Amino acid sequence: MRVMVRLPSALRADCGGLTLLETELADSATLADLFAALAAGYPRLERRVRTEQGELRRYVNVFVDGEESRRRGGLAAPLHDGDEVHIIQSVAGG
Amino acid sequence: MTVLLTIGTGKGLFLARSDDDRHTWQVSGPHFPMTAIYSTAIDTRAEPARLLVGITSSHFGPSVATSDDLGQTWDEPDAAPIAFPDDTETSLERVWQLTPGPADQPGVVYAGVEPSALFRSADGGRSFEFVRGLWDHPHRPQWTPGFGGQAVHTVIPRAGDPDRLLVAMSTGGVYRSADAGASWEASNKGIRAYFLPENEYPEFGQCVHKVAGNPARPDQLFAQNHHGVYRSADAGESWTSIADGLPSDFGFAMVVHPHRPDVVYNFPLHADGRRFPPEERCRVYRSEDAGGSWTPLSVGLPEQPYYASVLRDAMACDDAEVAGVYFGSRAGEVYASRDEGERWQLVAAHLPDVLSVRAAVVG
Repeated sequence: MRVMVRLPSALRADCGGLTLLETELADSATLADLFAALAAGYPRLERRVRTEQGELRRYVNVFVDGEESRRRGGLAAPLHDGDEVHIIQSVAGG
Repeated sequence: MTVLLTIGTGKGLFLARSDDDRHTWQVSGPHFPMTAIYSTAIDTRAEPARLLVGITSSHFGPSVATSDDLGQTWDEPDAAPIAFPDDTETSLERVWQLTPGPADQPGVVYAGVEPSALFRSADGGRSFEFVRGLWDHPHRPQWTPGFGGQAVHTVIPRAGDPDRLLVAMSTGGVYRSADAGASWEASNKGIRAYFLPENEYPEFGQCVHKVAGNPARPDQLFAQNHHGVYRSADAGESWTSIADGLPSDFGFAMVVHPHRPDVVYNFPLHADGRRFPPEERCRVYRSEDAGGSWTPLSVGLPEQPYYASVLRDAMACDDAEVAGVYFGSRAGEVYASRDEGERWQLVAAHLPDVLSVRAAVVG
């Protein structure tokens, strides 16, 4: 299946200036599988979003088809063909 | 002579450069805007000097970047330069310290991090290996975070003996290794922990804010504690107070002159419960006799009441023949002295809060 990943401007330098990534995944893929795939092609992008233990960083939100992924099981959230995954930094900082 | 001053702030890195023996400064930045720069280093073993920066984005996590052209361009590896091994089930929070090794340990750079751990690079700071011996120390479960976090903020490798290392952490105290980090011993004899009322002189658990020394006299070290200012004459084995003569024994910074091992700089704050400069006066204190006596230095510093503190890594010397001294405050001001502290001038103002400064002759 194909999943589109939409990136915030702050991360575009970590994926060659792209704003949108199209990723091919297995049919049963989860959000964790998506990040594993991103780590292979864009390792710096992936480590901005996840810690070295594979957890989503606290102040990064990942939306799957408009719903915050933590409400869908976090990294275990299932993905479907045509899903749009939107990575956005949360409201944090001073 | 060109001197570079790195200014790490809560919202990015600024660089100040002087090409006229530190009379005037040109400030650039912010580099890495909206990241906290707790640690910078200028590795003058390399030609040209290499800059290293510990970056923390509150959104996108920590990392380390390097520059081999004095900050015109920056490089950051694809793989995380510092990462905890899987079995620790721990993630890096922040790089608090980047310490290039002595000249006789080329390529070696140490990183002190939060949570308290030590990493070692053999490639000039591009990639780091976990120093497991410190992590496996049986005291580790009892180390506790202070307000700033639980971090190794000081690393002192020893010239001439790559097996010997000293680290300091808040809280936890001073630890030393004589086998290249494989094993560590607490080294806090004589350092008081007033906040532990049942035993004010424990083996460990002290809140050391900074340790500094001059490599030419490696057995002599100075420590600023969360209340308490100390000197060690035996490489950290034991400590004696040198706070007499200072207006307060509280503060964060401790800096040793690059060529005169008995010359020490400190920026006292009134007390833990009142973290303003004593009498609200902006003054650096200098000792020229290894802490036996202290002299306030204030020519050129603000004369109006001053309320900003200077954090543990926000004071530094350069390595010029006549040493420059620098400090940055949480009010976003950076001051420099080109004559070892006698007179000061403002280098930059209205910056975000200053977390770290380093300076070196780079040309």
